[in-house]
Amino acid sequence: MTTTEKPDYKVVGTRPIRPDGVEKVTGKALYGADINLPGLVHGAVLRSPHAHARIVSIDTSAAQAMPGVLAVVTHADLPVVSDKALDMGEGISTASDMSKNVLAADKVLYRGHAVAGVAATNVHDALSALEAIKVEYEVLPPVLNVQDAMREDAPLLDDSRHTKTPTGDLSDNASNIAAHTRFEGGDVEAAFAAADIVVEREFDTKMVHQGYIEPHNGTANWNSDGTLTVWTSTQGAFAVRSALSELLKLPVSRIRVIPMEIGGGFGGKIGLYLEPIAAILSRKSGRPVQLTMDRTDVFQATGPTSGGHMKGKIAVKDGKITAAEVSLAFEAGAFPGSPVGAGAMCMLSPYEVENFKVDAFDVVVNKPKVAAYRAPGAPNASFCVEQLIDELARESGADPLQFRLSNSAREGSRMITGVAHPRIGHEETVQAVQSSDHYQSPIEGPNRGRGVASGFWFNAGMQSSVIASVNPDGTVNLIEGSTDIGGTRASLAMQLAETLGIEYERIRPTVADTDSVGHNDVTGGSRTTYASGQAVYEAGLDVQQQMVSRAAKLWECETEDVEYVDGSLRHKSDSEKTITFAELAGKQMETGGPLQGRGTVMARTPGAAFGVHLVDVEVDTETGKVEILRYTIAQDVGTAVHPSYVEGQMQGGVVQGIGWALNEEYYYGEDGRMENSSFLDYRMPTSLDLPMIDTIIVEVPNPGHPFGVRGVGEVPIVPPLAAIANAINDATGHRFTELPISPRRVVEELHNLQ
Amino acid sequence: MPTRRTHIQTNLNGEEVDFLCEPRQSLLEVLREELGLTGTKEGCNNGNCGACSVIMNGRVVNSCCVLGVEAEGAEVTTIEGVAEGEALHPLQQCFLEEAALQCGVCTPGFIIASKALLDSEPSPDEGRIRHWLAGNLCRCTGYDKIVRAVLKASDMEEVSA
Repeated sequence: MTTTEKPDYKVVGTRPIRPDGVEKVTGKALYGADINLPGLVHGAVLRSPHAHARIVSIDTSAAQAMPGVLAVVTHADLPVVSDKALDMGEGISTASDMSKNVLAADKVLYRGHAVAGVAATNVHDALSALEAIKVEYEVLPPVLNVQDAMREDAPLLDDSRHTKTPTGDLSDNASNIAAHTRFEGGDVEAAFAAADIVVEREFDTKMVHQGYIEPHNGTANWNSDGTLTVWTSTQGAFAVRSALSELLKLPVSRIRVIPMEIGGGFGGKIGLYLEPIAAILSRKSGRPVQLTMDRTDVFQATGPTSGGHMKGKIAVKDGKITAAEVSLAFEAGAFPGSPVGAGAMCMLSPYEVENFKVDAFDVVVNKPKVAAYRAPGAPNASFCVEQLIDELARESGADPLQFRLSNSAREGSRMITGVAHPRIGHEETVQAVQSSDHYQSPIEGPNRGRGVASGFWFNAGMQSSVIASVNPDGTVNLIEGSTDIGGTRASLAMQLAETLGIEYERIRPTVADTDSVGHNDVTGGSRTTYASGQAVYEAGLDVQQQMVSRAAKLWECETEDVEYVDGSLRHKSDSEKTITFAELAGKQMETGGPLQGRGTVMARTPGAAFGVHLVDVEVDTETGKVEILRYTIAQDVGTAVHPSYVEGQMQGGVVQGIGWALNEEYYYGEDGRMENSSFLDYRMPTSLDLPMIDTIIVEVPNPGHPFGVRGVGEVPIVPPLAAIANAINDATGHRFTELPISPRRVVEELHNLQ
Repeated sequence: MPTRRTHIQTNLNGEEVDFLCEPRQSLLEVLREELGLTGTKEGCNNGNCGACSVIMNGRVVNSCCVLGVEAEGAEVTTIEGVAEGEALHPLQQCFLEEAALQCGVCTPGFIIASKALLDSEPSPDEGRIRHWLAGNLCRCTGYDKIVRAVLKASDMEEVSA
C-alpha cells in the first residue's frame, strides 16, 4: 500500500532479475573460501578448551618442526597496539581488545578463543600440527551470565576494568560492568503514582547466533614489497582494511582488501577474526595463506548477539502510556561492546512516553565477544517492552493494535534520546495490519492464540562512494564498494537507471576492492540501498550534467538551452535537436573524451523503520511445541526499490526472529562449554517449521532520500520475539518471560501452573 | 609422508573424470580442492545444513558426509551440471525470477535438492516441498520465496513435459 502519491517511476518498484543472479544459481560465484591462488597453502587455528584461564606458557616448537608446517603464529607475533577506539560501522571496539580477541594474549576469555595459528601445505597437516602445540593454562572460574558477572565478588575478566558510569567517571572498584548508561526524562515517580494501571515484569534472553550459512574465511598474501592483499567474505572491505591497518601497524595504502561474495552476515561479518592471523602466517611463510572456520568455531568464536536480563515497568493513565522504567543488562561477551545502548534507545520509540528512566548495563562474561546482529539490541529490549504493552492493552480492555495506535509516536514525537522523529510511518503500519485479511479473520480453536508487536530501528546513513563510467555502447559500469549481501547490486543499478532514465539492463554493477573505489562504510545498519543509493543518484546527476554540456557543445548552444529528460538530451527551444543517452555515449571521443560520473555521500537522513507483526500460533500442551499458523508483517519501507528483495528482507528477518523466540540459544554447561555448537543442536528454523510469511509493504517515503528509500533489512527481526510470546500468552493464558520458548520450557512452565 | 592416494573414476556431470584422493578426504573436499568445482559449498561439514548437496546415483547426499573414494563408479551431479550450456534449468530460472536467493551460498544446495525432488515427483505440493527441503538450511529468505520458486518450476516442468 502506498500512503502518499508516488512519482511515476519507471524502474524503481519493478522486479528485475539481479545482475549477479546467474552466477549464483549456477555455482560460478566466488565466495571467500572459493578463491584459489598460485602457491596457496592452508592453515588452522588452535582454540582454548577453557572458558576462563591464564596462559602460563605456549610451546610451538614441536608443531613448527612437523612435516608440511610452514609457519606458526601466536599473540606475540602481533604488534602491540593502543586502546584506540575502532568504529567498524556497527559496534565500536578498541584496537587492543580486537587484537586480544584475534589471538589471546595473557588470558583466554571464552572457550574457542584463538590461541595460535598454523600454516601448512595442506589443511590436514595444519590440523595435526595444532595437536603438537603445548599450552599450559591456569584455569579460572568462569562467569556465564550478567547476574553472576555483576556481583561484587564475581571473578573478573579483566581486573583493570572499571565501570564507565552515567556521569562519565570511572567506578572506584574494578568490575565486569564495562559501562552503565542512563536515559532520564520527565517525572517518573509522579507518573507512576498517578497511574491507572502499572505492569512490571522481569525478562531473560540467551545468546543467539546470526547463523549465516557460510563460515568465516580469510586469505592473505603478504608480498615481498611489504604490501598485503586480503580476500575475505566481509560486510565491509574498508572496515577490514582500517582494522587490519591498526592491528598490523601497516598504512592503509599498503593493504588491499578484495571483497569476495558473502554467504550471509547479518552483522556478524564486520569484525576481524581470521584475516590478521592469515596475514602474519603469510608474512612468515612467504606463501598466500587461507584460513576457514568450521561450524563449531563459528559458534564458539564469532557472532553471537547478547543474552541478558531485563526489568520493565510501564504505567497507563486514561488509556495513554505515561511512564516507563526499564533496566537492561546485556552480555558483551569477553570484551566490552554489547548493543544494550541501541536496545535501550529503540524499545520505546514506537510510542510517545513523556516520563522515563532507562538504565543500560554493558557486562563482560566468559563467552564470545558479541557482534552486531540485525537491529542489534532491539529485539531483546522489545521482547520486554512489547510484552508489557500487550499486558497493558489487555488490562485496559483495549484492542492491542488500537492501543498501539492511540499511543503511537508520530512526526515530532521525541525518543528517549531527545531526538524528535522525522516523518515516520508507525501509525500507517499499525493501520495496515488492522485492515489486513489476517487481522480481519478471527482465530478459532483450542490452544490457539494471536499476538502483535511493534518494532523500531534507527537505520544508518554513513559514507558511500560510487563511480559511473559510461560505455560507448550506451551501457554504464557502476563501480561501487558496498558488499552485496542480498540484492543491492540490483537495488543500486535500478536507482542509477531511474536517475538516468535508461533501462536497468544497461547498468552493470561491480563491487570493487579497496584500491578501486572511494571509501564505503559497511553493508550494515540497513544503509546500502539508502546511502549508496544516494551516492548512485549523485553519480547519475553528475553524468546528466556532463551530458548536457556535451550536447551543448554538439549543438553549439548554451548549456542552459539543453535539458535531460527521460534518457535523452533535448534543445529546449529547438525540437529538432534531440539525442539519446546511447547516441551521445557513442560520441564521447568527439565531445571531450571519457565520460565518468561520481557520487560521494555522508548520508545523514536515513529515516527510521517501523514494523508491526501479527502472528497466530497453536501450542501443543503435551509436547510443548509451538506451531506458527499464520504470520503477517507490515513495514514502512519508504519506497520499495525492488519489492521482491524488500519482501525477502522482511521474511528473512521474521524467520530469524521465530528461531530466536522458539528454539535458538547458546546452551552452556557450568564449565563454560557451549554444548550445542552444531546446526543439529543449535536448531534454526527449517522450511518445515514455517508457513508462508505474508508481507504488507507500507510506503511512507523518506523525505531524506531522492526516491524516498528507508532501510528495510533490520527492523523485521525486532517484533517477532514479543509478538510470538504475546500469541502464546493468548493461547495459554501464561506469559513466558524467558527465551527461547522451547518445547521443554513450555511443558515445564505449563505443568508448574497446574 | 603424504598419505597414499587412491585413483578414482566417476561420472561427474555427464563426463567421465578421474582423480586421486586420500582416504580421509570427503567428496566435498575432492570436488572443491582437487577438481576446482567450488559451486558446492561447505556450511557445516557434518551433514546438518545441506549446502554441499549433490546428487549421487539419483539420490541427494551431503557431499561432506561421503568419502571421495566412495564416488568410484558413481554418477554425480553438482550445481555445475544443472544448466545445459547457456540454458538454465527451470529451477534456476525460477529462483532468479522469484528472488529466491539473497546471499546465494545455500542456493546450489537448494537447487540440487529441488532438482532431485522434481526428477522423481514432477508436481509436489507446498507441504511436500517443505518436507523435502527441510535438510537444507537458508538463513536469509525465510524459505517463502524458495518454496514458491520450486512450485513455479514444477508448473513449468509440467508444461514442458
